[in-house]
Amino acid sequence: MECSNSSAKGVEKSHVVELISVFKSYQRGSQIIPVLEDISFRIQEGDFLALMGPSGSGKSTLLNLIAGIDHADKGTILVNGVDISSLNESGLASWRSVNVGLIFQFYNLIPVLTAFENVELPLLLTGLSARRRKEQVETVLSLLNLSDRIDHFPSQLSGGQQQRVAIARAMVTDPAILVADEPTGDLDRTSAAEILSFMGRLVKEFGKTIIMVTHDPKAAENAHRIIHLEKGVLLNPGQQKI
Amino acid sequence: MFYLKLSFRNAFRHPLRAVLTITGVAVAILAFGLLRTLVGLWYLGVETSSSTRLVTRSSISLVFSLPVSYRERIRQIPGVKEVSMMNWFGGIYVSEKNFFPNFAVEPKTFLALYPEFIVDEGEKKSFLNDRRGAAAGSKLAAKHGWKVGDRIVLKGTIFPGEWDFVLRAIYRGAQRSTDESQFFFHWDYLNESLRKTVPRRADQVGIYMVGVDTPEKAPEVAQAIDATFRNSLAETMSETEKAFQLSFVAMTEAIMIAIKIVSYVVIVIIMVVAANTMAMTARERIAEYATMKALGFRWSHVAVTVFAESLLIALLGGTIGVLLTFPAANLLEKELSQFFPVFIISTETIYFQFAAAALVGIVASVFPVYRASTINIAEGLRRVG
Ligand SMILES: Nc1ncnc2c1ncn2[C@@H]1O[C@H](COP(=O)(O)OP(=O)(O)OP(=O)(O)O)[C@@H](O)[C@H]1O
Ligand SMILES: [Mg+2]
Repeated sequence: MECSNSSAKGVEKSHVVELISVFKSYQRGSQIIPVLEDISFRIQEGDFLALMGPSGSGKSTLLNLIAGIDHADKGTILVNGVDISSLNESGLASWRSVNVGLIFQFYNLIPVLTAFENVELPLLLTGLSARRRKEQVETVLSLLNLSDRIDHFPSQLSGGQQQRVAIARAMVTDPAILVADEPTGDLDRTSAAEILSFMGRLVKEFGKTIIMVTHDPKAAENAHRIIHLEKGVLLNPGQQKI
Repeated sequence: MFYLKLSFRNAFRHPLRAVLTITGVAVAILAFGLLRTLVGLWYLGVETSSSTRLVTRSSISLVFSLPVSYRERIRQIPGVKEVSMMNWFGGIYVSEKNFFPNFAVEPKTFLALYPEFIVDEGEKKSFLNDRRGAAAGSKLAAKHGWKVGDRIVLKGTIFPGEWDFVLRAIYRGAQRSTDESQFFFHWDYLNESLRKTVPRRADQVGIYMVGVDTPEKAPEVAQAIDATFRNSLAETMSETEKAFQLSFVAMTEAIMIAIKIVSYVVIVIIMVVAANTMAMTARERIAEYATMKALGFRWSHVAVTVFAESLLIALLGGTIGVLLTFPAANLLEKELSQFFPVFIISTETIYFQFAAAALVGIVASVFPVYRASTINIAEGLRRVG
């Protein structure tokens, strides 16, 4: 697999994600519920960021904005210099397919597809030949020690294995950033440690930038930096690793 | 290709649900096909009627007869090629449940006018030469195990008494749709007996069948026949065989329309059932569709997957339904041979069955396709767990 980062600009690390004064609210009936208020922060390339905060504080919402899954009400979100808040629905879809890898708490694998097919999924949107896709999928799966599980369906895999398949799926298109919403939230200690060590390797060995939401302070310890969200407000945007 | 694979696997994800839905569609398509065929067969007499044959009957009603003397006068009318005559006999063979149509006809002209009844030359000769001879359709003969030379007794209802016949010919139909369950015998035999027993009923003819040179001349000849007997004691009404058959069918038209409506209702019901199943399915998979969209798939990709799944189930059920129609038709042909001597599934019906199945699939997919393609990704993703 090619793991060079197309956005890398020389040795000096640039900001791969930049949020400037982002607001987000939901409407429930006639009521407008503010979820994120005036969020500004930057993430450097190769950073491993943990996003913590109580339930309902807006962590998932913030992650979705960075991943281009949801739209902000106000403010600018720059990813690799692209203002994704200016993209339309289909523009965002193509942007997501090459620029972000998504990892979810409940893995979100397609149950009727095998591990191989699940990982191949994002590659179907690229122009790659079947042979190239196969090579790429097999490389990523072996990287995650899943070579012997290639033809297994999600229901035939443990939670930790499923999450590894999901990570393979997230990185198979070689995106610059990975966003993970409580990736270890549904796993036991051992599996969680395994997943976290993989994520650490992705940052260290492949130069990926990871933004991870977690409740677990143990998990957050793997990150370079932790930011706290409380009631939609960022408590320590600039704070480095504690 | 990938989307087809995904649709296929999704379709059989809940095997029981898939099998039940497919069975439902199959049964509906089967019922639809049989009901449509039934209606079609009811009109078969109309469709297979000849355009060069006229039927002349009493202008008052079919139950009134015409004098036998009309035969020669009709023959004189320009454009008339052949005239034959027939009386509905209404005889019963052994028991009433053996019902089959039986007629007294003028055999020579009758066989000339109705080339669709194919009779072997030798049998034809012996039938024509024996005044007590009779001809039966091959299906009828087979049903009762009759062979040429057998003695057959019919109990008269309109013409009382026991009537003795000798089976001289067994006819085959020129087409699959030709009725092979009829019974014909000599009009002269009937008439001579009546002369001796009830002279007042002798020399009467139920209908005349008139062959014309060309179809274009038919209306003209019909008018000429009726004009000939205007202001006589027995006025006539002449019409094409098609119109004549239609007048029979018209009596039961309302029932046929009802059957037709029922056939459509069956399709509508399965449509609603399939739509509900598909909607349920889509609801369960919202998170998966949201995931696919989050990965960068377009709404159209998701829509195609959902649509193909629905169409697949419906067409599979439809195909099974169509395949079942043939054995079912054979069974019905055996069981209902008295009412429907032939039970043929037309190609048109098969097309209609497939079209109905496809329609079920398309309609059932409308809501799920809409749901799947318009889901908000962020909201869809919240549904996991
Ligand atoms: N579609 C929506 N409509 C209305 N309110 C919403 C919607 N999505 C999220 N919210 C609200 O926004 C707030 C933040 O939700 P979010 O999912 O971002 O929290 P979270 O920090 O991820 O919580 P958790 O740790 O439980 O996952 C919550 O109060 C939630 O109820
Ligand atoms: Mg959350």
